[in-house]
Amino acid sequence: MQVYDMPDGRGHFGPYGGTFVAETLIEALDELRAMYERYRHDPEFLAEFAYDLKHFVGRPSPIYHAKRLSDQVGGAQIYFKREDLNHTGAHKVNNTVGQALLAKRMGKPRVIAETGAGQHGVATATIAARLGLQCVVYMGSEDVKRQAPNVYRMKLLGATVVPVESGSKTLKDALNEAMRDWVTNISDTFYIIGTVAGPHPYPMMVRDFQAVIGVEAKVQMQEMLGRQPDAVVACVGGGSNAMGIFYPYIDVDGVRLLGVEAAGHGIDTGMHAAPLTANSPVGVLHGNRTYLMQDADGQIIETHSISAGLDYPGVGPEHAWLKDIKRAEYVAVTDDEAMAAFHNLCRTEGIIPALESSHAIAYASKLAATMSKDQVILVNLSGRGDKDINTVARLSGITL
Amino acid sequence: MSRIKSVFAELKAQGKKALIPYITAGDPHPRFTVELMHTMVKHGADMIELGVPFSDPMADGPVIQRASERALAHRVGLRHVLEMVAEFRKEDDHTPVILMGYANPVEAMGVERFAEQARLSGVDGVLTVDYPPEECAEFVGLLQSKQIDPIFLLSPTSEPARVDLIVNQASGFVYYVSLKGVTGAKNLDMSEVAERVASIRTKTDLPIGVGFGVRDAATATAVAAVADAVVVGSRTVQMIEQSDEAALSQNLAGLIAELRQAIDAVH
Repeated sequence: MQVYDMPDGRGHFGPYGGTFVAETLIEALDELRAMYERYRHDPEFLAEFAYDLKHFVGRPSPIYHAKRLSDQVGGAQIYFKREDLNHTGAHKVNNTVGQALLAKRMGKPRVIAETGAGQHGVATATIAARLGLQCVVYMGSEDVKRQAPNVYRMKLLGATVVPVESGSKTLKDALNEAMRDWVTNISDTFYIIGTVAGPHPYPMMVRDFQAVIGVEAKVQMQEMLGRQPDAVVACVGGGSNAMGIFYPYIDVDGVRLLGVEAAGHGIDTGMHAAPLTANSPVGVLHGNRTYLMQDADGQIIETHSISAGLDYPGVGPEHAWLKDIKRAEYVAVTDDEAMAAFHNLCRTEGIIPALESSHAIAYASKLAATMSKDQVILVNLSGRGDKDINTVARLSGITL
Repeated sequence: MSRIKSVFAELKAQGKKALIPYITAGDPHPRFTVELMHTMVKHGADMIELGVPFSDPMADGPVIQRASERALAHRVGLRHVLEMVAEFRKEDDHTPVILMGYANPVEAMGVERFAEQARLSGVDGVLTVDYPPEECAEFVGLLQSKQIDPIFLLSPTSEPARVDLIVNQASGFVYYVSLKGVTGAKNLDMSEVAERVASIRTKTDLPIGVGFGVRDAATATAVAAVADAVVVGSRTVQMIEQSDEAALSQNLAGLIAELRQAIDAVH
C-alpha cells in the first residue's frame, strides 16, 4: 500500500502550497519551520500538548450517535465527533494550544492572529491568557460589527482587537494585516494562523495539531462499533477541521472523505465561498497556491456565505491536492440548506450547531438518505452555535 | 544591452546615482498614468517603477494599499498596465520601466503570455513581490528569454546563503528592502543599510537599489551615499493622494526634482 506522505520538504502538495511571500518574511518562516521540525516529534513537547488538550481543552471529545436524526433521514447511521464540546466551543483551540506552546518555546512574548467569525481569535486570546502572552487579533471591520459578542470575549481575555478597514474588510483582509504586523515585528512576534492555509509550514503544522480529531475518532469508532465509518463529512472554509478529521483516514481504504463548502446563494449565482466545488482557477494568495475565487484580472473577489467561518475565497492547499487525486470529494450546501439543518438539529438532538458545522450536517443528512441503515457516516461537528444565535434570530425576523 | 543595464552604465560614467520613483498604475485615474510617467522622467527620474494594482497587497503599507484600491475602483488590471507601458514607449524609448506587483495577476494572465506581452509593451524589469526565487524558476527563465530582468528583493533578515541564491538569479539590479516592515514604514536604520549594502556588494556586481523607507530629501541623500539607486514609493503615492487633479503633475514634478537634487548632492 502506498503511504500518503505530503507535503514535500518545501511545503508543496503537488502543484499547491509552497511559500509565496515577500523576502522579508522568509527568514521568519525558516525559523518557524526549523523549530517545528525540532519539536513535532519531541516527546516532551508532545506530552505538554497532550496534557493541555486533556486538562484545558477537555479532550478527548466524545463521539455521539445522532439516533433521532438518523431515524428521521431514514438511511445511514449518523455519528458526530463533538468538537463543539471543547473549551471555547470549537475545534480551533486544538491548533492554538499547539502553536502557542511553540511560541513559548521560541521565546516570543507576543502572538497575533487573524479571525473571521471570531472563533480563532477567541481561541488564540484564550491560550495567550493562559500562557501570559501579549495578544493582538486582526478582524475585518465588517466582521467586528457582525460578531460583537466574540469581540467582547477577546477583550475580556485581555487581547487587543484591531478592526481592519482595508479591502473587503473581512477575513482575507484581516490575514493581510496580520502578515503586515508580522513582517514589522518579526523578532518578538509569533503569528498563529487559524487554518490550513498560508505559507509553509502552516498548512502542515495546523493539520498536524488538528489531526488529534481524526486520531481520536479512529480509536473511538473502533471501540463503539468495531469498525470505521463509510464516510467522513466535514465543512470546509480554509479547511482546518476537515483536514484534522480527514488526515488520519487518508490511508484507510473504504472510507469516503467529503468536504462541504459554502454554496451561499447557489454556485451558479457566483455568490458563494466554494472554490473547490466551483472549480475556480488556481492562483496564489496568502503565501500558498490553491484554488482561488478571482476575476479575469486575477483580483480576489468577494465571497458570500451565511457562515463567517466559511467566508474565504481560497482553501487550504492540501484540500486542493486531495481533490485532484480524488481521495476526497468536495460538495457545497446553500445558506438555506444549512439554516434548515441548523434548526432541525436543535430540535431533533438538542444540539445547537455552529452555522459552519450546519453545512456538514445538511450534506450528511442528504447523503445518509441514499445509504442503507447499517452504514455509518461520521460528521465533524466542529463548533457550537451559541455565537450564531444573533444571525439566526435576525434571519428569522427576531430581534434579541 | 538591456535598458536597465545601459542606464546604470551611463549614470556610473557620470558619477551619479539612479532615482527610481514608484507610482501605482491607474492611480488616481488611469488617464493620468502615462502623463505622470513622462513628468517624472522630465524632472529627474532615471527609471520608473510601475505598480500593478492587486486586491490583496500583503507587503504594502496603507499608502500603497489605498493607491491600489483607487486604481481598482477603475478596474485597472495587468492588461491595462501593459497598455500604459506601450503608450509610454511611443514617446520614450530610453527610460526603463519596472513592473512591481503580486503573483496572482501574472498567473491569471498566464506566465508565458505575460512574459511575451510584457516584452511587446516595452517592460524592462519585473518584480513579483510574493515570488521568492525558490518558487519561480520557470518564470525567471521565461522573463530572461524575453530580455526582461527579474528583480528580486533582499531584506535585512536575508541570511548570507539566501543573498547568494538571490543575486545568482537576479539581473538588472537587486532591490534591498531597507527595513523590517511594509512599504512606507518609518523605522529606517541607515547604519544597518550601509552595512548590509556593503555586504551584498561583496557577492555581486549588480547595481543595488534601496527602498521601502525613503520618504524625503534627507533619507534620499543618505541612501544615495551607499546605494546605486534610490527607490521612492510611498512618498510619491502620498503626493498623488494629497493633490487635486489639476495640480497633480506639477506637485509630482516638484517632488521628483527635489529628490533628484538631494541624490545628486551626494557628490
